[in-house]
Amino acid sequence: MGITKGYDVIVVGAGHAGIEAALAAARMGMRTACFTTNLDNIGMMNCNPSIGGPAKGHLVKEIDALGGQMGLTADQTFLQMRLLNSGKGPAVQALRAQIDKRAYAWAMRLAMERTPNLDTKQGMIQDIIVEDGRVQGVVTATGLQFAAKAVVLSTGTYLHGRTIVGEVTRQSGPSGLAPSVGLTANLKRLGLQVGRFKTGTPPRVDARSVDFSGMTRQDGDEEPWRFSLLSVREARKQLPCYLTYTNNRTHEVIRNNLHRAPLYTGAIEGRGPRYCPSVEDKVVRFAERENHQVFLEPESWDSVELYVLGMSTSLPEEVQIEALRTIAGMENVEVLRAGYAIEYDYVVSTQLKPSLETKQVAGLFCGGQVNGTSGYEEAAAQGLIGGINAALYIQEREPLVLSRSDAYIGVLVDDLVTKGSSEPYRIMTSRAEYRLMLRQDNAHLRLTEKGREVGLVDDHRWAVFTELRDAIREEERRLAKVVIAPDEEVQGALRRLGSAELKTGVTAAQMLKRPEVRYHDLVEMGVGRADLEAAVVQEAETLIKYEGYIQKELEQVERIRRLEARRIPSDFNYAGLRGLSMEAREKLASIRPESIGQASRISGVSPADVAMLMVYLEQRRQAE
Amino acid sequence: MKGEDTIAAIATGLGEAGVGIIRVSGPLAVAVGDRAFRSRLGAPLIKRRSHQLVHGWVVDGAGGVVDEALGVCMRGPHSFTGEDVVEFHCHGGQIAVRQVLAAALAAGARLAEPGEFTRRAFLNGRVDLAQAEAVIDIIRAKTDRAMEAAVRQLSGAFSTEVRAIRDRLLEMTAHLEADIDFPELELEVHTLLQVEAGCHWSLEGIDRLLAGARQGKLLREGLRVVIAGRPNVGKSSLLNRLVRENRAIVNEVPGTTRDVIEEWVSIRGLPVILADTAGIRETADVVERMGVDRSREMLEKADLILLVIDATEGFTADDRQLVELLPGRAARLGVVNKLDLVNLFAFGPVAEALGGGGVVGVSAVTGDGLGEVEEAIARAAGVVDKEESLIANTRQEEALRRAALHLRGALETKASGFGPDLISIDVRAAWAALGEITGESVGEDLLDQIFSRFCIGK
Repeated sequence: MGITKGYDVIVVGAGHAGIEAALAAARMGMRTACFTTNLDNIGMMNCNPSIGGPAKGHLVKEIDALGGQMGLTADQTFLQMRLLNSGKGPAVQALRAQIDKRAYAWAMRLAMERTPNLDTKQGMIQDIIVEDGRVQGVVTATGLQFAAKAVVLSTGTYLHGRTIVGEVTRQSGPSGLAPSVGLTANLKRLGLQVGRFKTGTPPRVDARSVDFSGMTRQDGDEEPWRFSLLSVREARKQLPCYLTYTNNRTHEVIRNNLHRAPLYTGAIEGRGPRYCPSVEDKVVRFAERENHQVFLEPESWDSVELYVLGMSTSLPEEVQIEALRTIAGMENVEVLRAGYAIEYDYVVSTQLKPSLETKQVAGLFCGGQVNGTSGYEEAAAQGLIGGINAALYIQEREPLVLSRSDAYIGVLVDDLVTKGSSEPYRIMTSRAEYRLMLRQDNAHLRLTEKGREVGLVDDHRWAVFTELRDAIREEERRLAKVVIAPDEEVQGALRRLGSAELKTGVTAAQMLKRPEVRYHDLVEMGVGRADLEAAVVQEAETLIKYEGYIQKELEQVERIRRLEARRIPSDFNYAGLRGLSMEAREKLASIRPESIGQASRISGVSPADVAMLMVYLEQRRQAE
Repeated sequence: MKGEDTIAAIATGLGEAGVGIIRVSGPLAVAVGDRAFRSRLGAPLIKRRSHQLVHGWVVDGAGGVVDEALGVCMRGPHSFTGEDVVEFHCHGGQIAVRQVLAAALAAGARLAEPGEFTRRAFLNGRVDLAQAEAVIDIIRAKTDRAMEAAVRQLSGAFSTEVRAIRDRLLEMTAHLEADIDFPELELEVHTLLQVEAGCHWSLEGIDRLLAGARQGKLLREGLRVVIAGRPNVGKSSLLNRLVRENRAIVNEVPGTTRDVIEEWVSIRGLPVILADTAGIRETADVVERMGVDRSREMLEKADLILLVIDATEGFTADDRQLVELLPGRAARLGVVNKLDLVNLFAFGPVAEALGGGGVVGVSAVTGDGLGEVEEAIARAAGVVDKEESLIANTRQEEALRRAALHLRGALETKASGFGPDLISIDVRAAWAALGEITGESVGEDLLDQIFSRFCIGK
């Protein structure tokens, strides 16, 4: 059968990565098609009904700043919004939202349908057509062929998916959806190396069968922030979550049934993530703990379905029920869906360039959980980068590569392509070297100009952004100039704050550097502006208060940037290099870093190896 | 290469030499030079013509004079590395050279990596292509030797203590990071208390290590070499000979008792205290006296004991008894004196009795064999392959100091009321600095700690 229709970009999968990839490509003017195995399942949240948290929330902000969709849709459909770490420094404060799963998925489908240049189609992609090392198109399971100049693979956990509940296993994607069976073999044929990971999800229960009275209620913030720069902070009704705990009886039920736990019987082979262990794993590894937290999270406004965070498990369903019923408030709980573990194929991420294009096939990009990551936010961030770079590839422009000091997206992608991961990769703030610079509040200042350059940030967003940016700059300048005189009113305010009284006049900026003085105290001292937008206040305050620390990071970044600027030609031959250690030579040849900076982050490559590499590069340059 | 940081190292060999050169290279070389050097005529190096030698003094951070020196500033690209370079030409020998290097480091330079000057010279086109291979060899060879030396220098106790501190810092970091990344665990209050205690504990440990750090201690206190032996075997002749052939050092250590003969000399650039038990009342019954008087105390403090034996009398029963009474801590060297007066002497039994310590034959009268004694002294100080050992030691001490600085920074940040995100910056930096000593990289250690320590999950 011949080619049915031609596209610029074809995206395989319509999960969180696929959505961003497809929207980005289409918004950049590419004729784009996005294939999903089921049109009713676009943007599904198959695990927890929440978006954000430390580092993850930062990713959402960055996606928004570049012109992505996740933040906007989360803002439209949240059930609860909280700023986590609000008592800590600005760099680690993070938004986390409980999301209405149904509403979110529906809003995502509509966002795609309303985007020009974008066809969203149902069809399982079985093969990628490649000629002369370049992508030419895709083939569906029903035999249709579609031509494409670039393909973004974002198949999530569907590749050879296998779910496990106790003794019952079956070929399946998450939530009982059809797995993708043929594609893996064809990817291997293209020369891609494929690995196998495992993850899991907890049971869902009926809210009507839960007694919340003894549990700790967690409400959203009174004046919740939003992820997107374009969202308005209007008042919204929110739903609470509830916190309860497992106890020794719960642990006993689990311990008594370990012989039936696929995790320990050998039924599960894939490597699971340490940061979201199943409850059986927790009970075994932390045997001394008398309890573990269990959060009950609503899945939707109208539904009675609750997500039981903390109880991820692949134990037999009857054991899941028995264990849940030992928990305070859940004695009579009705389980709506059992928890399960899922094993799936992933593409080894060190085969990718920092643009997320595969090294083996030009024009083939991989983004999302297919690269061995976990989490909606990580997936969306990669999808966005994959989509942008697919478009840039077609436009024959330089790919968008964010550095580790630009964005958490940069940290995520660099970790994936440089180090790889032996477990599903989750972003964390501790993975970022320049945490103080990568704040959620300045994501727009870091990235919106880059989003504008690649053509993803539209005029409306650009106007909102430039207004905010200019207001921040102006306020910063004003605070550096305006002087606070040591009059009685100011001294009184300082006394109340437990701060030292003034001897002479100081600028408002100097005053704001005191840890105990906040911007609203400046308002009281007569030099703050009560009318300023909260986002402007937050940014100006942070920049001034943490200037010394930020400056230190900037110096480090400058040093690293010089290493990043030393490019390594893609055809550089490591085989003949004397002096490099064997391990370094092998790693360098397999990962083929694009810069000295990237080379220096490969494990097994020592500073001496890097020094020698620089000499060889210079030698080659001089020889040319 | 433009835009690198500024590095410093000793450019001359570390043996006994008239002049030592410390070279500083990089964009801030002149600024570093001016912080560490006070010219006699007052004008800073930055105001001087390039390549002009200036007489003055190298000074430490507090302005105290470290050494008299000639300073010279060579502006890039007309310098060895092609960058701005400042050199100090100071007195030779390990003490002066080491202290001038320390002054340059304190003024803002970083200790150069092996081969780094040559590499920069190459990258800036100051060394031609044909020499590039040689640069590779230098980096490889020097790195290997430096690593070897560093490993050899690491005594079991020292590295155990560094690791213990590092483990504690990792544990603290894991708490700080878990508190940030998993706020639902509500760890903050506990974490901050734990971190404060941990910083103090680690600082105490680092201070202890610094005080005991071999290189620093050696340079501050000198290597203690005690000459022991029966009466009239030639102890004082040996001492006098060693003093005469080596430069004497004016003793600045107050309160040294004079009832023991003690001489400060510089042997192969090392400060050495030579002590002779002959200064103490001599009695016929050496063995009996050993247990009671001061010579016992001296021998116990010794880093190296030279056991002198009279070749004309052979290895006597008294000698043998003396060996058995020597305290176990110090290294020992058998010195068979008066070898010019005998035709034959069996070294084997002496070596055997000393349990593996070497034996050399000398004549304190003619000076024969003295070089071997000096060699043994240098070996006892662990500076046989002088350059690498010294650099390894300097690097360790510098890393310890940096770690201490960061821990104080962390405590200050906490005292200012800032949270775990800022405190963590300095704790992690201290941890990384200690990792340079033990050769362990940062890697995934932290995540392992977090996940093994805290139960996190959905």
